[in-house]
Amino acid sequence: MRESLVQALIDLLGSERVLTAIEDLIPYGFDGTATFKATPGAVVFPNTTEEVSACVRLANDAGIPIVTRGSGTGLSGGSVPTDHALVICLVQMDRILSVDPRNLTLRAQAGVITAKLDETAAEHGLFYPPDPGSLRISTIGGNVAENSGGLRGLKYGVTRNYVMGMEVVLPDGRIVSLGNACVKDVAGYSMKDLFVGSEGTLGIVTEVLLKLLPRPLARRTLLATFDRMEDAAETVSSIIAARIIPCTLEFLDRITIGCVEDYAKIGLPTDCEAILLMETDGHPAAVEDEATRMVEIARTHGAREVQIAQDEQEALKLASARRSAFSALARVRPTTILEDITVPRSALAEMVSFIAATATRHGLMVGTFGHMGDGNLHPTFLTDERDEEEMQRVHLALEAIVEKTLSLGGTITGEHGVGLAKKPWLKQQLGDASYELMRTVKHALDPHNRLNPGKIFD
Amino acid sequence: MAGSLKQLDYSILQQCMHCGMCLPTCPTFDATKRERSSPRGRIALMRAVADGEMEITRGFADEMSYCLGCLACQTACPAGVDYAQLFETARADIEKSGINASPLRGFWRFITLRVLFMRPRLLRMAGRLLRLYQGSGLESFTKRLHQMRILPAELGRLEALSPRISDRFSNEMIDPVERPGNDIRFKVALLTGCVQDLAFSEINRDTADVLLANGCEVHTPPVQSCCGSLHSHNGEPILAAELARRMIDQLPPDDYDAIISNAGGCGSHLRHYGTLLEDDPAYADKARNWDSKLRDIHEWLVEIGCRAPFSSANPDSMTVAYHESCHLAHGQKVTQQPRQLLQLLPGVKLVELKESSWCCGSAGIYSITQPEQSAALLDRKLKHLQDSGAAVLATSNPGCHLQIESGLKAIGSPIEVIQPVTLLARSYRQETSPSISP
Repeated sequence: MRESLVQALIDLLGSERVLTAIEDLIPYGFDGTATFKATPGAVVFPNTTEEVSACVRLANDAGIPIVTRGSGTGLSGGSVPTDHALVICLVQMDRILSVDPRNLTLRAQAGVITAKLDETAAEHGLFYPPDPGSLRISTIGGNVAENSGGLRGLKYGVTRNYVMGMEVVLPDGRIVSLGNACVKDVAGYSMKDLFVGSEGTLGIVTEVLLKLLPRPLARRTLLATFDRMEDAAETVSSIIAARIIPCTLEFLDRITIGCVEDYAKIGLPTDCEAILLMETDGHPAAVEDEATRMVEIARTHGAREVQIAQDEQEALKLASARRSAFSALARVRPTTILEDITVPRSALAEMVSFIAATATRHGLMVGTFGHMGDGNLHPTFLTDERDEEEMQRVHLALEAIVEKTLSLGGTITGEHGVGLAKKPWLKQQLGDASYELMRTVKHALDPHNRLNPGKIFD
Repeated sequence: MAGSLKQLDYSILQQCMHCGMCLPTCPTFDATKRERSSPRGRIALMRAVADGEMEITRGFADEMSYCLGCLACQTACPAGVDYAQLFETARADIEKSGINASPLRGFWRFITLRVLFMRPRLLRMAGRLLRLYQGSGLESFTKRLHQMRILPAELGRLEALSPRISDRFSNEMIDPVERPGNDIRFKVALLTGCVQDLAFSEINRDTADVLLANGCEVHTPPVQSCCGSLHSHNGEPILAAELARRMIDQLPPDDYDAIISNAGGCGSHLRHYGTLLEDDPAYADKARNWDSKLRDIHEWLVEIGCRAPFSSANPDSMTVAYHESCHLAHGQKVTQQPRQLLQLLPGVKLVELKESSWCCGSAGIYSITQPEQSAALLDRKLKHLQDSGAAVLATSNPGCHLQIESGLKAIGSPIEVIQPVTLLARSYRQETSPSISP
């Protein structure tokens, strides 16, 4: 990176907040996604929206690209830098600015850790539902940029459903404020929604106004085992048809169950085809009623066994099967590729069997788990990136799974984003016209392609 | 074990999928919020060295020195990365590169790693000299010199941290073989450690007593070598392997039901002899067998069903908080057993210590090499300890014990540091004590 730009950044932020040494840059060369790597030119840590804006203007003057980053836990390569880019890391903007219990809102800087939002809400008897797997370290800025989901999507939705307003630095450095604390607001385009899920390509979100909910008073956790995947899928459909919306409907397939049992030894039956973890929350009376009906539905659909947690400790024990799924899979082989396809719920059983058959056909190890209530599956490839021949087979299997997903009316990514990882398939899913529309939006806001270039599309 | 990052089995580096789950558990990342001071950042740097993308630089060496080696990242890691092995290999690489070399540093490393901690008799002799010095008027004289700022500040800091040497060492307190009064259920070997032997030999006695009270025949060789943990953590894998072989020769694992360690830091190293000696055909099998026999004292007592003492060593009830030594909790994954033992004690009320498995800043010789960060971590620990309302802090690693005790003393706190085995041993002794009528 040019000396003059580095000096200008140091003049702006001080040398403590500008990193250029090679030992400092290499660790910012990746995020949580397998196989993508590059080395940025510098990493800066602004503390205010104005500083972010000033950094953007300096980078623009020097003509270098900008990649925004929070904790770097993304799973599609959204915050992997391009070589020589300026990384604007927002982790020091980590203050919760206000909680408003009368309007049920919370205002936070972009670098606040996701888990802290709900902890803070809880102090007021309130609730911030989105719970992506990395919530202990991910930042709300990153969640907004990726429109992150989580385990409670079915009942509570995803990050987008909680963003009421935001402050954004545009690609030319201008600062805009979007949205407000009003429940209703139709004054023009809903511009904030354009930035939710824009993966850092349209602007830099520096502050957000979030919606909170009253905290549910009760919760029940159930675990059911099935001999046939179709029975598990049918159970999910019947629960929803019975007008119950559980907060969690998670499942593990046979390979994942085997790995979990090997790793955590919690006494799961390794000869069953599927495990469903179900949770309902809300008013205590409603929760009791729903739990009872969910048990009945699972039993009538051929569940081998249904366990009901009697207290919080038992609930944690039951949930640990799902919680340790990814850990259990990740330690099996050196490289773990986590996929994120989503299909309409009615196509779930078909999709799961297709994934298993595809893995067998290509001689690969793939464990599938995911959010069954959302139709969101995480087929997890356990492989080794150094084995070129095996990686070729991984690629073929991925192609086949994407084809199938799209033929079932699904999407290539439910909650991880496009970034670099899903870029090759985006056009195929969207079709030419919608794809071009997206590019038009990008070009209108960022004509010089300065913000996160090469993400979503080239 | 591989001698350098370039020779290391690459899949160990590759196992890190850089998901970031380690970040919130890393005390140095917590302090700097910079990726280079995080586990995945350090692994990325190691990988760059292994790939030949980066030389071993001063910055790399500084970062590996800044790492506590607390292994909290290993507990958090979903992918099961063997950070301990990566970290030790990186430190060995740094030593070989000579980038940290200086005559003074070389001298101290030679004296400690190559001389004192390779020769147990010499180490005890040094301990005796230190004991004499501490007992004579000389110590208070040098303290006055420090107060008058005549001696360098570093020396004063070192002295404040140096442990009070026990009046008697383990071999003067424990017979080579001791048998329980009742039936012998198990035959175990007891490791007496280095710092433990010099500064906490009573704790070794307590450990033997607790084992005897639970039907174990205790074998304690009077002269034991260092387990090599110090060498392994400080970039000397060849010396560490030499010490591991000595240890296995002295206590053949086939002869015992269990080999007992009572220091968290030693135990974490001791149960990985298999990896250390995997390339030594004469020792590889024996080392694996050794690992399978190695037990932390708390782990062993719970495994064999520790007998609850029926007498209390303390007249009134006592509130106890438990601090987890990093290498017991993260290195050995022994977390519940010490708490279970404390709960067996009549009259003890166990309270949870906030962040109980967050490093106290002792971390081997970290308090000497990185005094500022060490002090910050100690302050954090002391604050939680004072908030806990405990009268006693139980912990089971000599480093933590010394660090927290000296911290408490410095702030004038009445909280006592006592190890769980000591509390157990006191209760058992009380059972047979004539002062209490049956």
